Amino acid sequence: MELIDKKSIGKKLNGRLMLNKVLKYIFLLCTLVGLVVLATLLIDTIIDGWSYLTADFFTNFSSSRPENAGIRGALIGTLWLMGTTAPIAIILSVGTALYLEEYAPKNKLTDFIKINISNLAGVPSVVFGLLGLTLFVRMAGLGNSVLAAALTMSLMILPVIVVASQEAIRSVPSSIREASIGMGATKWQTITRIILPASLPGIITGIILSLSRAIGETAPLVVIGIPTILLFTPTSVFDTFSALPMQIFSWVKMPNPEFQSITAAAILVLLFILFLMNSVAIYIRNKYSKRF
Amino acid sequence: MSDYNIREMIDNKKGRRSTVFMEKAVPVILLLITSVSVLTTVGILITLLSETAMFFTRVSPVEFLTSTEWSAFSSDPEWGIFALVMGTMKITVIAVAFAVPIGLGAAIYLSEYASDRVRRSIKPILEILAGIPTVVYGFFALTFVTPLIRGIWPEVNLFNAISPGLVVGVMIIPMIASLSEDAMSSVPNTMREGALGLGSTRLETVFKVVLPAAVSGIMASIVLAVSRAIGETMIVSIAAGSTPNASLNIMESLQTMTGFIVQVASGDATYGSDVYFSLYAVGMTLFVFTLLMNVMAQWFSRKFREEY
Amino acid sequence: MTLTKVKEEKDIKIIDDPMTRGRPRVIEPVGQSQPVFQSKDFNLWYGDNHALQNIDLDFNRNEISAIIGPSGCGKSTFIKALNRMVELVPIVRTEGDILYRDQSIFDKSLAVEELRTKVGMVFQKPNPFPKSIYDNVAYGARVHGIRNRKVLDQVVEKSLKGAAIWDEVKDRLSDNAYGLSGGQQQRICIARALAIEPDVILMDEPTSALDPISTTKIEDLMQKLKKDYSIIIVTHNMQQAARISDRTAFFYQGRVIEYARTNVIFEKPRDQRTEDYVSGRFG
Repeated sequence: MELIDKKSIGKKLNGRLMLNKVLKYIFLLCTLVGLVVLATLLIDTIIDGWSYLTADFFTNFSSSRPENAGIRGALIGTLWLMGTTAPIAIILSVGTALYLEEYAPKNKLTDFIKINISNLAGVPSVVFGLLGLTLFVRMAGLGNSVLAAALTMSLMILPVIVVASQEAIRSVPSSIREASIGMGATKWQTITRIILPASLPGIITGIILSLSRAIGETAPLVVIGIPTILLFTPTSVFDTFSALPMQIFSWVKMPNPEFQSITAAAILVLLFILFLMNSVAIYIRNKYSKRF
Repeated sequence: MSDYNIREMIDNKKGRRSTVFMEKAVPVILLLITSVSVLTTVGILITLLSETAMFFTRVSPVEFLTSTEWSAFSSDPEWGIFALVMGTMKITVIAVAFAVPIGLGAAIYLSEYASDRVRRSIKPILEILAGIPTVVYGFFALTFVTPLIRGIWPEVNLFNAISPGLVVGVMIIPMIASLSEDAMSSVPNTMREGALGLGSTRLETVFKVVLPAAVSGIMASIVLAVSRAIGETMIVSIAAGSTPNASLNIMESLQTMTGFIVQVASGDATYGSDVYFSLYAVGMTLFVFTLLMNVMAQWFSRKFREEY
Repeated sequence: MTLTKVKEEKDIKIIDDPMTRGRPRVIEPVGQSQPVFQSKDFNLWYGDNHALQNIDLDFNRNEISAIIGPSGCGKSTFIKALNRMVELVPIVRTEGDILYRDQSIFDKSLAVEELRTKVGMVFQKPNPFPKSIYDNVAYGARVHGIRNRKVLDQVVEKSLKGAAIWDEVKDRLSDNAYGLSGGQQQRICIARALAIEPDVILMDEPTSALDPISTTKIEDLMQKLKKDYSIIIVTHNMQQAARISDRTAFFYQGRVIEYARTNVIFEKPRDQRTEDYVSGRFG
């Protein structure tokens, strides 16, 4: 008696191969869902907003009448916000990454700091808004200024840049670190002359990607009370300002249907900025990715 | 060429004061910078706890936890957080039910079937999808998805749970897909070859070998995605409405915890009023929910790392 | 750990060590000239692993001293102890002493950075910095505060000539060093070490990653360098040690088994284990 019935295995095999093939295409469809949604979103927004992208749209301030509404204040405000967020976030995050990778002793405190950073990455942005509202807007008396918003944003994107910078620093081979130390360079000389220059592309990529997350972030700005209609642009970091995502949020809620097209136009501007930033980041990453 | 004696020049410069000072000062400065991240957590905790404590001097915690009604702006307000939690849950369940099968399907395709070239061209698309601002997704939900749904089921309200739920789902698909793909890719090839060598099809290998081996990594990605859905703010503020209720109906307007915070903050709740302090009580509840999810995700991913 | 017996027999020091199961260790002193490095009963642990045990060795000036032995015998650890690079591993603990020109390298008055400017190192794999050839060679001088362009130009030219690579790279000093071949990269690394005019050059298997032609070039270079420098080289390749070195130490299981003139080690070793190793019976 044969224990294995070859005939029945053969019969079943066809079904198994069929199932394999069918599911392969279902998995492919799942992969394409993202692509389809992205395409729909872009096409829908372009159809809605394209014709509103006029010169006036960029030079006018916001208005309650859609034909006069523009994004001048929001766009300039966003640039102010990013220009202030970037240096604060870079100093905080790269400093933290350097400490964790180069100086931190292996102990419970260091473990705690690392766990804390990965937990911060999971805190919803709206909670960072509450922190900013209490700490910077009220206690520090900064009001709803560029600086208060930039500090809030910096803390929010800190974990992302820290993790990206840590990876970049770790990717510098220890052999060139040893070469520098072996010539009598001190630790800090080795860091500033060898390790930072070598890990810079990775760090910059991380910075650009997290700034592009911050640029579209709305919830913390709403919570710290950034105004939506503002007829001037800031002249210092202590002035209040408006921002592109805030403008979009306030227009979305307008009942007048013409505002839907204005909103779509503003979204196109925001997406274009994001596209530019991401392209730069991807370019840097690809150009420098295979050096070691 | 005049000859310089390098040895002598180096010896003359040894122990330069600036270098010695930097060696001592830099670790201290960097430690101070690093402490900002810890202070941020401390700041969040103190802020939420102290203002929540203020809230509970005015409103009974029993009412907060047991009432099923939330009407912060009425003349006789009710403070039952359950109504807001229910809103958040409806959105999260719809989002996860939509995103998990699709995200996992995409992860399986990318990790087990796709060629390197396909993988390299699809991953950036997922990254772009993950980078779209949520306010843009909110606009998309309100102006495209909601009309579409109402075209099919006219009885669905303008503000409902389905449309923002699905769009939150779209938002978390890239996270599930790419983290699960990472988990599946780190399953050693020898395990796959073992199954394929015995005559299993790709599909059988996926379900009998790869998925069981990567399960804790996949769970981590799902839990992280749930946490992201719970904390998502702009999509629900724009497309879900602002009427807190504890019903299970997904066709009518609702409010989530995050939606309430935005509603209060963008209106003008007077500083020091009950509504103002309720902001922090809701924020605290939200924080606890997401923290639990994050801790759980870390537990899963630590387990996964120990396995490989 | 105590050594039971040290006796001097003519010029040769014979150490009876209970840990080597009664077999004596044979160490020939370097003679009249002043040693550049003296290791005095030096011990080193990686955590609980006793990696170097009672190392007693003197290294001569203007000679090439080779350290040979099977993998894991502690030879790389020892050479990295000489410029204190081994301490970059946090769990390392040492006992005993190492003297550099009669001064303990562990002495507080000798900054570790200063020691490393005098004791240069060339590593197993070529490890140029991701910078131009010029910046690679000028690195040491710049780190030690020399900024004058004329001085740097001279340093770079002199060092590249010293490392026998000037003719190959003089027209492309601003090119990235990563564009060079492995053998050229290793000579750039030697030039980089020469640039700060060290006293001793430590070489940790400097040709193990190179092809035979590059290896020959670097061996020829070492013969030239020994006029001005003291060279200590760790090598896995016994023929190399026999070809280039003046003295050879045989390390085995964290100990020095035998140390003598290279021809003695390879032709008339006094210890059976040395003979087994150099004749290729294990390794």
